Parts: sequence; C-alpha cells; structure tokens
Amino acid sequence: MNDAVVTEREIVVAMRDVERHYLMGDTVVRALDGISFQIERGSYWAIMGPSGSGKSTLLNLLGCLDRPTRGAYLLGGEDVSRLSDDALSDVRSKKLGFVFQSFQLIQQLSILENTEVPLFYQGVAPAISRERARQALTRVGLGDRVSHRPNELSGGQQQRAAVARALVNQPIVLLADEPTGNLDSKTAREILDLFDELHAQGSTIILVTHDPGVANRAEWVLRVLDGKVDRVERGGRARPVAGATA
Amino acid sequence: MITAIWRTFHLGLRGVARHGLRSLLTSLGVLFGVASVIAMLAIGEGLSHDVQARIQALGSNNILVRSLKPPESSSAAAERSRLSVYGVTYQDAARMQKTLPNAQIVVPVRAIYQDARYADRRADARIVGTVPWFGETNDFKLESGRFVTEIDLETRAPICVLGATISRELFPLEEPLGKLLKLGTQAFRVVGVMRPRTALTGDDQGTIEDLSRDVYAPLTTVRQYWGEIIVKVSSGSRDMEQVELHQLQVRVADVKKVEATAAVLKEMLEASHKSKKDYEVVVPLSLLRDAEETKKDFNRVLGAIAGISLLIGGIGITNVMLATVTERTREIGIRRALGAKRKHIVSQFLVETVVLAGGGGVLGMALGWLICVLVPTINPKLHPMPTQESYVLSFVISVVVGIVFGLYPAWRAATMDPVEALRHE
Ligand SMILES: Nc1ncnc2c1ncn2[C@@H]1O[C@H](COP(=O)(O)OP(=O)(O)OP(=O)(O)O)[C@@H](O)[C@H]1O
Ligand SMILES: [Mg+2]
Repeated sequence: MNDAVVTEREIVVAMRDVERHYLMGDTVVRALDGISFQIERGSYWAIMGPSGSGKSTLLNLLGCLDRPTRGAYLLGGEDVSRLSDDALSDVRSKKLGFVFQSFQLIQQLSILENTEVPLFYQGVAPAISRERARQALTRVGLGDRVSHRPNELSGGQQQRAAVARALVNQPIVLLADEPTGNLDSKTAREILDLFDELHAQGSTIILVTHDPGVANRAEWVLRVLDGKVDRVERGGRARPVAGATA
Repeated sequence: MITAIWRTFHLGLRGVARHGLRSLLTSLGVLFGVASVIAMLAIGEGLSHDVQARIQALGSNNILVRSLKPPESSSAAAERSRLSVYGVTYQDAARMQKTLPNAQIVVPVRAIYQDARYADRRADARIVGTVPWFGETNDFKLESGRFVTEIDLETRAPICVLGATISRELFPLEEPLGKLLKLGTQAFRVVGVMRPRTALTGDDQGTIEDLSRDVYAPLTTVRQYWGEIIVKVSSGSRDMEQVELHQLQVRVADVKKVEATAAVLKEMLEASHKSKKDYEVVVPLSLLRDAEETKKDFNRVLGAIAGISLLIGGIGITNVMLATVTERTREIGIRRALGAKRKHIVSQFLVETVVLAGGGGVLGMALGWLICVLVPTINPKLHPMPTQESYVLSFVISVVVGIVFGLYPAWRAATMDPVEALRHE
C-alpha cells in the first residue's frame, strides 16, 4: 500500500460539476454548487467543512440515496446520476456500504439479521447470506454476538455491526457520515482502527467528519465550502504522490 | 421467485407478530365481520332449507285447489237460509281432468271430521275421502297393508287406511289391519297403515299440518255415508255447509309447465264459479320461487351489512397501518438505504395488512363455525347450514380487504424519501 507508483490505479468514484439544488419556497438553495473530484480504488478519503457546507448532501449523492440536479456521477465506471429509483436501489445493495452516525440498525432484528439486509434485497439465498453475514461480523470482532439485538450492545459494538453490514456485500466504496460522532473517544478510536484495518485490506473509504483527528487518519481530505470543493489536502496517511485531482 | 415470496411473507408475519395484541385488536373488525356473515348466511340457509323442504313435500309438480268459505257478507242470502254452498265441485274435477292442458292427474279430496272408535278407545279423526291415485300427488309411504283401490272406489267399499298417529291411539297394542272400527256411526275395516307424514299448508305463516291423524277412505264411500251437507252445531245454532270437494290436486307432468297450467286453471275456475271466491289455488312451485326470492333479498341485505362491517374493519386496518408506517419510518429509510426497492417496501407492508385481514378472516371463519355449532343448543328450531362458498368467499374477501386497505399505507411507506426517512426520530 505504500507503493509510490499509484497513478494508474482505477478511478472508482468520479464527480463532474455536480450540483444539488433544494427548493425552499421561492428560493433555490444550492447545497452543492459544482463539485468535481475523483477517487481511486483503495484510497481513504475524509470530507471536511463547516456546518451547512454540503457534506451530508454530497455523501447522500455518493451513496445514491439522492440524484444530482446537474452534473455526472460515475461509480465504478457507470454513470449513476440519471438512474431510476429501482436501479439506484440495486446500486445501493450491490456496490455501496453505509455507516451512519446513529448506527441505523433495525431494533427488532438481531445484528446477524441486520447484517443480512443488503443481501436480502439482492436476493441472495438465505443459507449463503447467513454465512456471509456471520463472516462479516467475525471480521469486525462480533462473531460471538450474532444473535444479540442492537439494544443489547454498546455503542461501539453497534457501530461495528453497522460496519459489518456495510461490508457484507463487498461494496466498491464504504461511505460513513460522522461514524464516530456518537461515540466516546476510546470507542471512536477502535472504530477508526477498524477503518484503518479495512483500508489496509483494500477497501475504498469515504467518511464525513468534523474532527481533524479523524481526518488525519485518511490519505486525503476533501474540504468543502458553500457547496464547492475548497481544496484537497493530504491527510496523515497520504502517500507521497497525489492520487486525485480537484 | 417462490423463496422471494416466502421471505416477503415471513417479513410481513414478523411485523404482525411484533405487536401481537395490537395486531389481534386490529383484526377484530374483520374477524367479527366474517364470523357474523358466515353465521347469518348459515342460519338463513338453514331456514330456507326447511321452508323449501316443506314446500317440496307439497310437490313441485302439483297445483292445489282448496275450497274456501267465502266472506260472510257476500253470501248474505245463503246465511239466512243457514245453508252455505261453496267450494270446488265434482264438475270442476271432471272438467279439469278433461280440458286442462298438461294436467296429468286430478285427485279430488273430501275431508270430514268424525269420531273414530275402536273397542273403548276414541280419537278425533279427519276422514279424507279420496281416490286410488292419491299417491301421485302426495308423498306418503305405507307402513303395512294397502291403499284405496279402484275396486274400493267402484264398490264404495267401507274400508280405510289409518294415519300413523291415529293408528297408534286406537290400536296401541293390537295389529290394526283387518279390524273393524267406527267412523261416526259407520263401520270401516282397516286395510292399511301409513308412516308418519307432515306437510306445509301453503298459507303465509308456513303452518305445518300433521297428516298423521288422517283416515283415508274411498271418496265414493265418504260421499255415500255423509253426503255433501255438513251440519255444524255452534252456540245453539245449526249452521249447514254444502261442500262437494275440499281439495283438488292437479299433477302436471312437466315442472316447466306448472305455472302456465295454474294460470289456465285459475281462469277456468273463475269462469265456472262466476267470480265467487270460494276456493284458493296454491302453487307450491311459486311458493318455492317466492321463498328463493326472499332468500335472495335476505342475502342482499346480509351482503350490505357484511360490506359495511368489512369496510369498518378495513378502515381500522388502514388506520393502524398508517401509524405503523410512521412509527417505522426509520426502518423504512434503513431498508431503502441498504437496497430495498419501492416494491419491496410495498409488499412488506401489504403482506402485513393481508396477514392482519386474512388472519382476522380465518379466525372469523372459526368463530362463525363455532356460532353455527352453538346456535342450535340455544334455539333448537334453528339449524344453521354453513356453506363452503361462504367460507371461501369470506376468506377471499378478507384478503382483498387487506390488499385494498393496505395499499395506501404501503404506498406512503414506499414513496418516502430515504434521506428524510433516515433522519426521522
Ligand atoms: N432537504 C433539504 N431541503 C432544503 N435544504 C436542504 C436540505 N438538505 C440540506 N439542505 C441545505 O443544504 C445545505 C447543505 O446541507 P448539508 O446537510 O449537506 O450540510 P452539512 O455539511 O452536512 O452540515 P452539518 O455539518 O451540519 O451536517 C444547507 O444549507 C441545508 O440547509
Ligand atoms: Mg451533515
């Protein structure tokens, strides 16, 4: 991973002049106002910026939960900016993994069942999905807690389960919105260590954070201001050669 | 495909099971709707079955003409002479037999009330004077012996056939066949005994006649012994009635021609009786049709009640499901973020409503069945007959109610913006 020759690596995420407008009564809010950047496979990015700068909006677009008003978004080489609702659902279940600030686990399901949800919507056979969910949970260190309900686990454990769920479909990109926002500093560090580990194993990670300490763990930091890319900085783990252009 | 359906179904079931009590309460509307429909249909079916059976005992191929005493005022002259002459006549019988189209058999009947005596026992008897082909229009079976024959009729033989009840009363221990008994002052020999039988009189109340007290004798014998004039002694005055025949039974071979024949028959009688209403015409087939019509009306009313109760049940389901959807907004957001399509969300919630309504339907079917079993123990006159169709229909309807009333909440759930849904507290 510390290889210096990285310029030929595959681009997995690319945004070109992406805009996202919201209509608030008569006024148009330009939450994103012309964003362009691209991300290579296996890289680790943090998105930073002041409150209201458009980070969550950007992450929702990256996560195909939303469509840009204007501009193009290529995920794994496919333009997903104009897909139908059903097609976007397919992209989410097959190519993306989400980790949220508030965990977003379904309380009524065990964490094993929670982890199976993305596979359920892919139509993976129950026996296979159960096995894959178990493996994912083992990978985040919850192999012995699979039948627990979320409320029987600590915050850190819940977030681990959420990470397992994000990994279970072997996504192109792992997206996280303030994944440590609801955790104490020790647990936060554990989750970040887990991200480091996943990164080391080859996962592409994009996370949104306010915390410079968190951003410092990434290779690259994308600074957003007023819906535009302010600048791209090297993070704490930045490789010596630039892997992205703003 | 099958596994996908099963998994969606399973998911819906879990949703229902999650709130057991709430789900049960939600299904109550459908449950009671279905139960009451099944029970009421079954009771209605049982009642109409009884009526139909009794009407059918009169014979759907038959037309009955009965003598009726006309209203007093119209026969003021006869009143003064204290002799009222009315009813169907032998001439009517002969004319019908000869000229009425499609009339296969005409059975004249004359009924006289007399004491019946044997040894020291006595019983009230209705002596029915009739003809050997009485059996063509009346459904009866002989317990022993024989019925009136042509020879009996020709020779005016003093023989009789006893109804089951009167036979038992007069001959509790002995064998009645061959015995001589007295009807009024006349001696008759018993040649046959009937099995018990009843029939509907054909009036509006659906009165049942017990025919087991009848004593059957040749019409000619009865005419010879008692003539046509009946003397009634009541409160010191003597009323006399002259009635030739009390009933004429006409058999029509083809059921389809019964009603047309009845119309012709009515015209004939109207002409010959000069519009004097001293008879009535009963067409069992028409009664049967009326009964079926009544049953249809009943079913229509029932259908309306069922519709209303299922509508209320359905609205209850919609209401609860809307609350459920709001309550589970976050879950919907999570599922959508993890790849659920709109149709997945729709089917998840739709399955829940269908399980709620269908489950209510199944429980309602069980309750309906239970009511049908219990009703006769409360009122022995009712014997509900639940039909298979009513079970199938109510199940199908409850499932349809689930789909119809679940569509809107499910659609609401599916069209939520996933980003908004995730942010929901
Ligand atoms: N659904 C919406 N309707 C209208 N305006 C919206 C909507 N979502 C976001 N916005 C606006 O878009 C801008 C960017 O919002 P966004 O949530 O992306 O900011 P953020 O960078 O994530 O902020 P924070 O750090 O506080 O989470 C804000 O001005 C916000 O008010
Ligand atoms: Mg935000």
